[in-house]
Amino acid sequence: MAIIETTRREFLIGTGTLVVSFRLVSGALAQPAGKPKPVALDQVDSFLAVHKDGSVTIYTGKVDIGTGIRVALPQMVAEELDVALGKVKMIEGDTALTPDQGPTWGSLSVQVAGVQLRQAAATARRALIEMAVQKLGMPASDLAVKDGVVAVRAEPHRRVSYAELIGDQAFDLKVDKDAPLKNPKEHTIVGQPVPRPDVAGKVTGTHTYMQDFRVPGMLHARVVRPPAMGAALQSVDESSLKGIKGARVVRQGSFLAVVAESEWAAVKGARQLKAGWSPWAGLPEQSKLWEHVRATPVAKDDVAVNQGDPRAAMGRAAKTVTATYDFAVHTHGSIGPSCAVADVRDGQAMIWSPSQAPHWLRRELAATLQMDVANIRIQYLDGAGCYGRNGHEDATADAALLSKLTGQPVRVQWSRADEHGWDPKGPPTLVEIRAGLDARGDIIGWDSELWAPKADITEWPRTLAATLAGIPQKEAINPGNIHRNLDPSYPFAHQKAVAHRLETTPFRPSWIRTPGRMQNTYANEVFIDECAAAAGADPVEYRLRYLTDPRGIAVLRAAAHLAKWDTRPSPAKAGQTGPVARGRGIAYVKYENARTYVAGVAEVEVNRQTGAARCTRFFVAHDCGQIINPDGVRAQIEGNIIQTVSRTLKEELKWDRSRVTSVDWASYPILKFPEVPEVVMELINRPGEPPWGVGEPAACLPPPAISNAIFDAIGVRVRSVPFTPDKVKGGARA
Amino acid sequence: MIRIVVNGKSHQLDVEPDTPLLYVLRDNLGLHGPKFGCGLAQCGSCTVLVDGRPVRSCVAPVSQIKGRIVTLEGLGTAEKPHPVQQAFIEEQAAQCGYCINGMVMQTTAFLSSRPANPSEREIRQALQNNLCRCGTHQRIVAAVKRAAALMGKGA
Repeated sequence: MAIIETTRREFLIGTGTLVVSFRLVSGALAQPAGKPKPVALDQVDSFLAVHKDGSVTIYTGKVDIGTGIRVALPQMVAEELDVALGKVKMIEGDTALTPDQGPTWGSLSVQVAGVQLRQAAATARRALIEMAVQKLGMPASDLAVKDGVVAVRAEPHRRVSYAELIGDQAFDLKVDKDAPLKNPKEHTIVGQPVPRPDVAGKVTGTHTYMQDFRVPGMLHARVVRPPAMGAALQSVDESSLKGIKGARVVRQGSFLAVVAESEWAAVKGARQLKAGWSPWAGLPEQSKLWEHVRATPVAKDDVAVNQGDPRAAMGRAAKTVTATYDFAVHTHGSIGPSCAVADVRDGQAMIWSPSQAPHWLRRELAATLQMDVANIRIQYLDGAGCYGRNGHEDATADAALLSKLTGQPVRVQWSRADEHGWDPKGPPTLVEIRAGLDARGDIIGWDSELWAPKADITEWPRTLAATLAGIPQKEAINPGNIHRNLDPSYPFAHQKAVAHRLETTPFRPSWIRTPGRMQNTYANEVFIDECAAAAGADPVEYRLRYLTDPRGIAVLRAAAHLAKWDTRPSPAKAGQTGPVARGRGIAYVKYENARTYVAGVAEVEVNRQTGAARCTRFFVAHDCGQIINPDGVRAQIEGNIIQTVSRTLKEELKWDRSRVTSVDWASYPILKFPEVPEVVMELINRPGEPPWGVGEPAACLPPPAISNAIFDAIGVRVRSVPFTPDKVKGGARA
Repeated sequence: MIRIVVNGKSHQLDVEPDTPLLYVLRDNLGLHGPKFGCGLAQCGSCTVLVDGRPVRSCVAPVSQIKGRIVTLEGLGTAEKPHPVQQAFIEEQAAQCGYCINGMVMQTTAFLSSRPANPSEREIRQALQNNLCRCGTHQRIVAAVKRAAALMGKGA
């Protein structure tokens, strides 16, 4: 197998360009023992190495896309291994060096990758103590470990360090799932709000982002996308680049780009290039989107839950409640458009990418480049915030194909319009719910349906480069597990929830933070509020009628307490004079009905005349089990809430029959500073429980809590995201 | 040849006069603090100071820049940060951090052009045309308050 060896050296051009030189070598990656670095998920050496100087390197296939796992994962290992946190350094997302722990998605970095690393550390620690027993001639029960040094408890001068025991040697051990973990009561590193290692560099301009990365002899490229999404390239007028120094066209099929040595020349060339494209108008009319969704053929039905006999229960109901909820198409909207650098030469590919999934992307690029996956190496570098499968993978495929076609290293930087117009989208979803209430207003039957695209869940969304260049590939779509949380988080005796998985959806779909769980929780938690209103009940008290899970009850009560919840039915009747009405709404969910519990209260102000709604404060109670880094958890919850308030109140992708027309921040506005709510939170730490994910769950809360708060304020139900002023004004009255 | 003064140093550059300042800073001078976000002056990621005023370098042709340019790197370093940078570090006011250049530069201009102790409302107004997608706003506002306090003390 051929492996690519990278040597990094930093040198200054002007005041600080990171330039990386590298060479491609055949054979094994240089390791002390002359063996390739193990990456199998069952080997301790795949996850960590103890060096001669006492420092520790940990290896993870997950990447820090702004979430803070660059400190949280080292905290977990330092704790379990008993070394100082400052001695642990993390290598992330290098396909040659790190185990494939899955894409960085689904709030699973700490929950899955962190737990794998911790178990490897526990296995390593046990092995090191066994070595120390041999060396010191004392039983393990007489030894204590501190900061990587094993000492005899009664005679502390008798000691041996981890570095002396193993320094730069392989453990050659399988990870033992039964290796004992520390008692959480002894934790001194886990549970601490340790600052992140990368903030200082980000704030002073020395942190190397993907966009800052350069290699010698590199060309700058800009892609030229079709003016209509499905159009084919018919002609290119290369003479239209005349006058732009060094700019030239590279094309394969309908894949078109301009490359140049100067970045500005590539930008100007891409703008100026004249090309002829076939006509195409295959997008559905936006004003008829929901008719289009309902008319799309169903590939299969996924049953999220089916228990009891909801139909019979509804037959006994004193009252029936029905509602339909729709959720707009969203774009990821990273602040920095996607970027990548690739060097594809001599049958080898060395690629730098900000992808959330270097290991998966490597397999996808093997198809795009028509190369053996073993000859491709991807190294992760930070891009701008990644909230799911955005344009990073496509820009990487663009760079890889352009490098292959030019025989030179190529850097591709997408424009703002490329990113907004061409990243895969969060698909449109529609949920319809019916419930039967008894004479007291209690829910006795629940029946819901979701319309959302199907998912080939092991398939990565196809790259644009492969599609446009006409490279043969298996057709597949994957918007993620968007049926999750369609089943309500309440144990109703008679309930059914079915996801109609559609054959197609208007745009290439993918996942955007909290995919499906957000849309389904929006529907479920507005709907239960509608039932509470029909029963004349307080929304918190009404939810507590059904909840039996003590941790669920605890977060719901904590959120209500934090918000000083005023117990009464909605809508509010007292004190609502003047043009601006105030309201509060609650929402609750157990994430995927399997992990992190969250509850939130939104406070809103609604202008009755204009319909403009603003979320002024948002309260969150959050139980993710054991907290690794409380400051990291807080940052993620703030991000979940603020980003989703933006999605809920403002965001909707627009298009005509040929193309996306939301191509910048003016045509796709997001929340600005004056509109941002204050986020107030309470973290419930359960050190004895497993650590669960944090990056997504709280994002389920804003759409329903805000809709419920608008209802509380003005008695209008908003059943369509985003809650624009016209929808608030024209919504259904109570 | 075009001459510009950046972070106290003078540079003679052989670049096309219509090149936006951002590309010159990043590609010719290796200053990566300012970021490419939109190329449309909509998001603020590329902000630099020209004679102390915030300028969106992605739309400013280099030939038209007359004043002295200061970039993020010119404010301070991780070892010796400017009070605004120090406040952002202390508040851990970055997630992905891509917008943070703009936040720091806009804040620096804002705090140096007005009396101490800005209100929350004034801070939010001052940053209203700087976009953040990760939802770090609350920490950024806290960092601006902290920076104002640090600069007040240092003055």
